[in-house]
Amino acid sequence: MSLTNTIIQGVLLGGLYALYAAGLSLIFGVMRLVNLAHGDFIVLAAYVILALASAFVIPPFFAMLIALPFLFALGWAIQRVILNRTVEENLLVPLLVTFGLQIIIQNGLLQGFTADSRRLSLGGIETASISLGGISFGVMPLLTFVAAIAVIGGMSALFYMTAMGRMLRATSDNRTYAQIVGINPHKVFAIAMGLAFIVIAVAAFFMGARSNFDPSQGPARLLFAFEAVVIGGLGSLWGTLAGGIILGVSQAVGAAIHPQYQILAGHIVFLLIILFRPRGLFPKQ
Amino acid sequence: MSSQSNTLATNTNAAGTSGVEAAAPAKRRYRVVVDTPASKIAMAVMGLVVLLLFAAPAFVERAVLQDLILILLLIGLAQCWNLLAGYAGLISVGQQAFVGMGAYGLFYVVIMMGADPLLSVLISAVFVALLSIPVGLVVFRLQGAYFAVVTWVVAEVFRLVAAIWPALGGGTGTALPRNATTNMIGLDFAAEMFGVRSAAAREIVIYWGALAAVVMIVIVAYLILRSRLGLALSAIKDGEVAAESVGIDINRIKFIVYVFAAFGAGLIGALYFLQQARISPDAAFSVIDWTAYVIFIVVIGGLGTIEGPIIGAIVFVLLRSAFSAFGPWYLMFLGLLAIGMMLFAPKGLWGMFSSATNIQLFPTRKRLVAVDED
Repeated sequence: MSLTNTIIQGVLLGGLYALYAAGLSLIFGVMRLVNLAHGDFIVLAAYVILALASAFVIPPFFAMLIALPFLFALGWAIQRVILNRTVEENLLVPLLVTFGLQIIIQNGLLQGFTADSRRLSLGGIETASISLGGISFGVMPLLTFVAAIAVIGGMSALFYMTAMGRMLRATSDNRTYAQIVGINPHKVFAIAMGLAFIVIAVAAFFMGARSNFDPSQGPARLLFAFEAVVIGGLGSLWGTLAGGIILGVSQAVGAAIHPQYQILAGHIVFLLIILFRPRGLFPKQ
Repeated sequence: MSSQSNTLATNTNAAGTSGVEAAAPAKRRYRVVVDTPASKIAMAVMGLVVLLLFAAPAFVERAVLQDLILILLLIGLAQCWNLLAGYAGLISVGQQAFVGMGAYGLFYVVIMMGADPLLSVLISAVFVALLSIPVGLVVFRLQGAYFAVVTWVVAEVFRLVAAIWPALGGGTGTALPRNATTNMIGLDFAAEMFGVRSAAAREIVIYWGALAAVVMIVIVAYLILRSRLGLALSAIKDGEVAAESVGIDINRIKFIVYVFAAFGAGLIGALYFLQQARISPDAAFSVIDWTAYVIFIVVIGGLGTIEGPIIGAIVFVLLRSAFSAFGPWYLMFLGLLAIGMMLFAPKGLWGMFSSATNIQLFPTRKRLVAVDED
């Protein structure tokens, strides 16, 4: 029973990691950019939600809804002003520029919000749980998991059922041909980053509601997101969910052995998987 | 290209396909040259600078000596990262793994085995180089940007392992025992030579160790770049597929560079934490200290040059001592400066200077120079 319980908690934790990973996967899928500042974007969004919630004295969920258009605009602007200058370059430039962004965001948050850890308070729902067949499920972890499915399902629908999705996929497949048929890749990239920031906002809401956060926690979030994407298979959206779940279960099992082993177990399972399946478990053809 | 054939005799016809334009059938002699007049002068000057640095403890204050140690160690680390990213196309954001391992290796050898600290630095660096082989086998499974993030994951693994390893203090870390810091090869010599007490003498010995390590790293890096391996590296840089098609074993060459960079980082890490005499997982495996700053140094100075990291490290330490009191603002400024340089001046300070003046202190390109008959 205890093992089943551990695995279920791990699967639900995987939902959170899939949310972290979905934005990273979107950005990589469309513009082949590995964004080293992704985790810091999530932490930044959590602070934006926190600031709105405390400024207007509204529940964090509504603060997130208000923040969505602004975060979309922020992502769009970061892509337009900074990252679009790096897309034509070799690998080094985008990596180092996003690494620089990481340092700016971390220190900016440190300056603005101090190093104290914060939390989005939802008023009781965080500790609520429901019991099914002798196993208790936290309401928040369940909601996170549902949100992950909804976000990834929504991204799938957007990619494969809309004109915008066709444009995103065309640009991803071949930038030059996309240009020939009248698509401006730089505009598409900016929209994609804006969309990624919407996903980031959702991830930030659930991160902030489930655990404490402080300005230094971006890199850990980046690594979890990256591991979920690579385990799932590059470019595969539902693979990302699977990757998140595998990472979550590994961490939960590690934590069950000893709390100190939680993060370590996740990293080690990830390294083992790339050793044997460097293209991930469900690579897209 | 074999290094023996320094002088080539070419007949214009034999030389190639465009025999039509061959007007004079006279034999011309060519020689492969790497050095430039500037570089020959620079070598001599650099030799003098190293001698001067060696004697520096005689005439600089202790605070300056401490800054010099930091500059030297950062030059060494930056040179290793530059070799990886600037020449082998391996962008690592996980060099802190090897810095930390070098440091922990040193503490282990000194505390558990009671070896001499200076000797332990070497032992530890060799151990890091050996350990980088299995690590490399894992991280080389992914390429490009993925390689970068995987190196970071590996560094986190080592940080977490160090944090749960009780023998060396776990998460809070540990300090070197007192007898280990007062007993060291060269300590008595430095104390007598400069008439200083043992704490100052210890710093002088570590300073010499750092100087020796950096001179070694720069010389080896330069020799690598001038050798066949360097030729292969520049071929890889110009185009991996093309390089592979002329028979270059890309992975083998990248691996050699990777292991050497790990050795260098281990050496630097051991020396730095020998001076600190205290260690903790967060300090030893810090991505900011051992990778972010180092990348900044290389980008500011000039990626893909030997001179760049040297200039970058000096600029970095000067900026730090001038502005670090501004805390987070200073770091945000560094981040902005790095992004600005990367976007608008990707060649860095030395690259800009070098292309404006055509001066190279450490030339690596092989040029053919015509030699007159007789």
